[in-house]
Amino acid sequence: MLVADRLLHITAEHYLALSAILFSFGMVAVMMRRNVIVMLMGIELMLNAVNLSFIVFARELGSLDGQIMVFFVMTIAAAEAGVGLALAVAIYKKFKELNIRYFEKLKG
Amino acid sequence: MSAQFLIGLLLASPLVGFLINGPRFRSKNAVLAGTIATSAAGVSFICSLVLFAQLLGLAPDQRSLEALFFTWIPVGALKVQAGFVVDQISAIMILIITGVGTLIHLFSIGYMSHDERPAKYFAYLNLFLFNMLILVLGDNLLMTFVGWEGVGLCSYLLIGFWFTDAQKAAAGMKAFIVNRIGDAGFLIGLFLLFFSFGTLDYSELSALVPQLAETSWLGPITLACLFLFIGATGKSAQIPLYVWLPDAMAGPTPVSALIHAATMVTAGVYLIVRMSALFMIAPYAMEVIAWTGALTALFAATIGMTQWDIKKILAYSTVSQLGFMFLAVGVGAFHAAMFHLMTHAFFKALMFLGSGSVIHSMNEEQDVRKMGGLAKVMPITHLTFFLGWLAIIGMPPFAGFFSKDEILAYAFFSPQGSPFLWAIGALAAVFTAFYMTRLMALTFWGKPRYGSEVHPHESPLTMTIPLMVLGFLSVVGGWIGIPHVIGAVLPGHPENHLLNWLKPMITNADLGHPSVLIEWGLMGFAVALAGIAAYVAYDFYVSHKDRPAKFAQSLGPVHGVVENKYYVDEGYFAFIVNPLIEGSKALWLYVDVNFIDKITYLATDLAQGLADFVKTLQNGKTQQYALYMTLGLVVVITYALMGS
Repeated sequence: MLVADRLLHITAEHYLALSAILFSFGMVAVMMRRNVIVMLMGIELMLNAVNLSFIVFARELGSLDGQIMVFFVMTIAAAEAGVGLALAVAIYKKFKELNIRYFEKLKG
Repeated sequence: MSAQFLIGLLLASPLVGFLINGPRFRSKNAVLAGTIATSAAGVSFICSLVLFAQLLGLAPDQRSLEALFFTWIPVGALKVQAGFVVDQISAIMILIITGVGTLIHLFSIGYMSHDERPAKYFAYLNLFLFNMLILVLGDNLLMTFVGWEGVGLCSYLLIGFWFTDAQKAAAGMKAFIVNRIGDAGFLIGLFLLFFSFGTLDYSELSALVPQLAETSWLGPITLACLFLFIGATGKSAQIPLYVWLPDAMAGPTPVSALIHAATMVTAGVYLIVRMSALFMIAPYAMEVIAWTGALTALFAATIGMTQWDIKKILAYSTVSQLGFMFLAVGVGAFHAAMFHLMTHAFFKALMFLGSGSVIHSMNEEQDVRKMGGLAKVMPITHLTFFLGWLAIIGMPPFAGFFSKDEILAYAFFSPQGSPFLWAIGALAAVFTAFYMTRLMALTFWGKPRYGSEVHPHESPLTMTIPLMVLGFLSVVGGWIGIPHVIGAVLPGHPENHLLNWLKPMITNADLGHPSVLIEWGLMGFAVALAGIAAYVAYDFYVSHKDRPAKFAQSLGPVHGVVENKYYVDEGYFAFIVNPLIEGSKALWLYVDVNFIDKITYLATDLAQGLADFVKTLQNGKTQQYALYMTLGLVVVITYALMGS
C-alpha cells in the first residue's frame, strides 16, 4: 500500500467522484458555452473523465480491459479533436467568429 | 354447315362491321360506311335464314340448334356458358332482328347521307345488332342480361347521337337511367331465381317447372317473375317506366324504327315468352302483367291522340302496342304476343321509316301541323305508310288484324282474362285507329300546310326499297298466324302456322272451347269500332277541320291533361327526381361536407399539430441536441439505478 493511501485514505470512490465531477463540468461546458473551442474542451474533459473511471475500475477489478479501452478512447478523442477543430476553423473563416449558432449555417 | 359455325358467323358479322366502322368514326363517307354495315347485317340475315331452314328440317320437338363457345363464369355452383341456342322462339326473333335490321341499315344510308358522322352511326347500329342477337340467342339468363345491357348502351348512344343538342343528350341519359331501374329489377329477379333453383339456364329452369307449384304472392317464383317483369317494363316501356321511350325519339329516325319500335323494346316480351313455363305457374304475376299491359295500351293510346310531333305519335303508339303484347303474355297467349311482336315489327318499322322519309324530305320538320297533302309528292312513302296504317288499325286481312284479334280473343276467353281486359284492349284499339288515321290525315291528306320554302320530294331508292319490302310484309305478315276460327271458314282452311311452330316451346293458357259465335262477334265489333274511329278521325282532320278544336273544348280540362301526357313526367320530377336531387344535396352538405369531411380534417389537424410541436424540437441548435442527449442519459441512468 502506498504512503499517500495510508495518509489520506484515498479509495476508488474518491476517484469516481472526481470522474463524475469532471464529466459534469465538461457537460455543462458543452451545453452552456457558445464558443466552439470551449465546447470542444468540454467534450475532451468528458472523455477524460470517462477514461479516469475506466482506469479506476481496471485497477479495482485487476483487469486490463479498462486500460485497453482508455487507449481506444484517447485515439478517438484525438480524431474528434481534429475534426472539431477543422469545423471551428471553417466557422471562423466564414463568420469571423466562433459562435456555435453558426454551426447550423454550415449545411448546404 | 354446322350450327356452331352459323351462329358464330351470325353473331360475329355485325361485330366485325362495328370493328371496321368504329375506328373510322370520323369518316364522312355515308355510302361506304353504310355499305359495310348493311352487308354485315345482310350476312347475319342470310345466316338466320339458313338456321331457320335447318330448324324446319328437324322434327318439331327437336328444333333446337346450340352453340357453346366457352365457359364464361365457372364459380362454384354458378356455371355460366357462353352458349347460344336457336330454337322456335329465337329463330323468329333473329329473323325479325336481322331482316328488319338489314332493311333499316339500308334505309339509313339515304337518311344519314347529309350527316356529319355516318361511320360512327353505322358502327353503333352494328353494335346494337350484335348485342340484340346475344340477347335473344343466349341460352341462359345471364347471357341475355349481357345483351340486355348492351342494347341499352347502344340505345343511349344512338338516342344521344346528336349530342351537341343538350335536349337530345338529356333524352339519351333519361333512357339510360330509366332503364337502369328496370335492369335492377331484372338483376334481382335473376338472383332470386338462382337462389331458389340454383341455375340460370332456360332449359334447366323449364325442366324444373313441373315439380313446382306456387300459391302465394310472396313465393320465390312469383317474386322472381315480378322482378323480371320490372326489368321488362323498363326495356319495353310499360307503365310506370315508359317515360323514356317518347323522349327517345330524339335519335335519328331509323334508330327509332329499329331499336325503339321493332327490336329492342320487344326484349321484355321476348324474355317473358322465353320464360313462359315459369310465368304460367305464377298466376299473380301474370295478373299484374296483363293489367299493366292493358292499362299501358289504353293510356299511351289516349296520349297518342293529342300529340303533334309525328315521331311522338308513333312513339306513344309503340308503347300502346307493346301494352297489347304484355296483355297477351299476361293472359297466357304467348304465341299471340310473339305474333304481334312480329307484325308490329313490320308495320311500326315501316311507319317509322315512312316518317323518317317524310322528315327527311321536309328538312327535319316533325310537326304534323306543318305537313299535309304529302300523298301527291311522296307517292311511294304514302302508299307504304297507307298499308302500315291499315295493318295497325286492324283492318282485315292486314297483319295487325290477325295478331291484335288473337290477343283480344285471349283477353276475353283465357282463364286469366276477363271481359274488362278485353274492353280495355278494344278501347285502346279504337283509339289506335283514331290517332293513326289522324296521323295519316294530317301528314298525307288534305291540303299542304307547309311553307313555300320547303320542297318535299320522294326519297331515293335506298330509302323506298325498305319501305316497299316492309309494306309488303305488313300486308302478308299476318297470314302465318290466322286464328283457327277464321281459318275454318277460309278456302283451304289455312292453319295457324305460328302457333304450331311455337307449340313445343311455350305453355299457352288453355282456352277450353270458346264460343265461335262470340269470337266472331267480338272480332266484328272491334273491326267495326276501329272503322268508325278511323272515319271520325278522317272527318275531324280532313273534312271538318274546326271540329277537333270544338271537341277538345267540349272535353274541358280533360283534353289539357291528356295533351300534357297526364303530367306524368312532371309528377315523376316533383315526387321522385327532384326530392332525390334535393335529398342528395342535403346528404352531400350535411353528411359529406359537414360530417365526414370534418372528421378527416380533424385527423389532419391533429397530425399537423403534433408535427408542429415535434418540429420545434428539431431546430438545428446543436446545444439543444446536447441537452436532449443529456436528458436521455439522465432518464436511462435513473431507470437503471431504480431498477437495481
